[in-house]
Amino acid sequence: MLESIRSKTFVVLAAVSSITLLAAAAHAQDLTVVGAGGALQDAERKAYFEPFAEKFGVKLTEDTYTGEQAKIRAMVLSKNVTWDVIQLDNAEMITGCEEGLYEKLDWPKIGDPDDFLPVAVHPCGVGAFAWSFLFTYDQNRIAEGPKTWAEFWDLAKWPGKRGMRASARLTLEAALLADGVKPEDLYKILATSEGLDRAFAKLDKIKSNIVWWNAGAEPIERLAAGDVAVTTAFNGRVSSANQSGKHFALVWDGQMYGQDYWGIVAGSPHKELAEKFIAFANDPEVQSKFPEYITYGVLNKKAISMVKPEIAESMPTSAANLKNAISFDASFWAENDAALTARFEAWRAQ
Amino acid sequence: MRMHNGNELAKERRKTVARSVLLIAPLVAFLFLFFILPLAMMLLYAVSNTEVRNALPKTAAEVREWHQNTLLPASAFEALAGDLRADSGDMQLGEAARRLDYEIAGYRRLLFKTAKALNTVSTSSNWRAEFLRIDERWSELKYWTALRRASEPITPYYLLAALDLRIDDSGNIVRMPPEQRVYVGTFIRTFWIGGVVTLCCLLLGYPLAYAIMTLPSKFATLLTFSVLLPFWTSLLVRTSAWIVVLSREGIVNSALSRLGLIGEPLQLIFNRTGLYIVMVHILLPFMVLPILSVMRGVSPNYMRASASLGAHPVIGFLKVYLPLTLPGIGAGSLMTFIIAIGYYVTPALVGGSRENMISFFIAFHTNHTINWGMAAALGLLLLTCVLLLYATIGRVIGVSRIIGWK
Repeated sequence: MLESIRSKTFVVLAAVSSITLLAAAAHAQDLTVVGAGGALQDAERKAYFEPFAEKFGVKLTEDTYTGEQAKIRAMVLSKNVTWDVIQLDNAEMITGCEEGLYEKLDWPKIGDPDDFLPVAVHPCGVGAFAWSFLFTYDQNRIAEGPKTWAEFWDLAKWPGKRGMRASARLTLEAALLADGVKPEDLYKILATSEGLDRAFAKLDKIKSNIVWWNAGAEPIERLAAGDVAVTTAFNGRVSSANQSGKHFALVWDGQMYGQDYWGIVAGSPHKELAEKFIAFANDPEVQSKFPEYITYGVLNKKAISMVKPEIAESMPTSAANLKNAISFDASFWAENDAALTARFEAWRAQ
Repeated sequence: MRMHNGNELAKERRKTVARSVLLIAPLVAFLFLFFILPLAMMLLYAVSNTEVRNALPKTAAEVREWHQNTLLPASAFEALAGDLRADSGDMQLGEAARRLDYEIAGYRRLLFKTAKALNTVSTSSNWRAEFLRIDERWSELKYWTALRRASEPITPYYLLAALDLRIDDSGNIVRMPPEQRVYVGTFIRTFWIGGVVTLCCLLLGYPLAYAIMTLPSKFATLLTFSVLLPFWTSLLVRTSAWIVVLSREGIVNSALSRLGLIGEPLQLIFNRTGLYIVMVHILLPFMVLPILSVMRGVSPNYMRASASLGAHPVIGFLKVYLPLTLPGIGAGSLMTFIIAIGYYVTPALVGGSRENMISFFIAFHTNHTINWGMAAALGLLLLTCVLLLYATIGRVIGVSRIIGWK
């Protein structure tokens, strides 16, 4: 009896371990690409992931993350890297590159640097798309809405809660713009302690009316539910909501635009395949299709000229939308994020 | 003969004990390996100070020799140059830079800038001049005292910071500047929210448990089921459902305004009210179930006896029933409170920024700022508070009664 149980246990154990081994072996040929989820990753899937998997006959596994670097750091430190290609925020890419979280890219292999807008070229990353951070309101509820950041602050004329991102980045910029700082002086003033005090003083004026959001989908949901009257958001999310029947305004005046990048996690087990993927995503033909799925800008100059004009109009980088626009200063944030975020969180909690 | 029997008995007992020890051994091993050990290792981060010593070993040795009142030796510059140039490019320098940035904002940038600039210098007879050429800040002593603080084997930095304190350059413990004080206030708020939630749960849960005890079994089952239902639903789903129910145009507000009770919609979510409603709903079972289990053990004869001796029902309740169910109240309150002060997903989703509790900052430092020392220090403080509370209540009511061994 005991013998038979033992042999059964052995068989089960053997089966389980061989399945695990097989799974690991199958996994070894996969490329894992990590994005920010939501409407954005849906667009990336159609424009990049599916065509790539089909063209090269590889299995592409997707994962999502919220942009927090802790998991990547844990992977790299423990030398147990399971992510290959990763979509990175600009400032995080700069600090992570210095600290050795990301592979240095083999530039000629993944594309000609001259083909890109200068901002898209970095030792550890290649610009994937340009986003815009702006504010929006529901035109079905507010016919004539605020047009500038100063008006975003006007609670008398447009009563109701304000949705704002629970992050020092972009929020402090918005506060200074609302306080009358000129776009060209913005980061100069933000770098001074008087400028910082000024930003927090401006935020104090609407603090009790702010509803904070974290994930990119939250401001859209709250706007739809009527929980906020006006909210900051990323433009692609607003456009996606409008495509599904909403009537949300995109206030381009004073928009802040920046870039996200493709990078490779240091010690990625499929570095070559990862490079192949990035090279594929850099291809002008392939890249020019991306804005058709979500209205973010592309950064390969050849791809920009190939985007259909009716789509190009609603991209953050079109000339009409760049009036009073601010280029998000990632190196400022790479340097100051720790100090400003600490103060921002202390202020939020007070 | 008797002796022999006694020996046999003792042998048999030892065998039984050995068998039970063997049976729970895997559990103990599991708890130790996957709970106690990682917990202890995580808590060590609260005082661990190895980053600078790993990345800049020679410099760390130099600055620890140096006494602040004396001149900084030239060998310190040489050691730092040697350490920075020897950096192997793995993550050690980044870790050290991060650690130094906690001491002085901007240190991280300074270190990377210097390391990069030093790569172009092959050798130098005057490293001090070389450093000052790269960045004048290297002449300021505070950068070197910060380096020394970060080179000690253990650091009080995180634990002090968790209490809004810091060590200044002359070595005194002082309070953080006002705009950086955040944790003490957050701890107080955490305990306040936990207390209010526990009290609400008790006021709702005690009569509810009593109702379940006394109602006919058909209703009692239904009531128990409705208390347990939230247990079987994921926390996130419940929280999101409440957002829908309580939002400006949600079920509650539209019902109230249709009844003509309110003109303007009430703000029921993204503030303290919303947080209390949702947390009380989620935590109610943790209060009701322990009280219920104690109530089941209280014989109705006691109340009958007190009534037959002439006590008013209120007196009977206060003097007989309430003391008998006190262990249930203690266990339920303790459990509810301890779980409540650990909340962070719910406050983040249904509260405003003034509802952030201490766990928010633990998660924030773990995932966002990647300051694991800070996360560990806050966790250690929270754990200490919980243990103190447990010990106090245990002394008042008795630990064995709380966990159910009478």
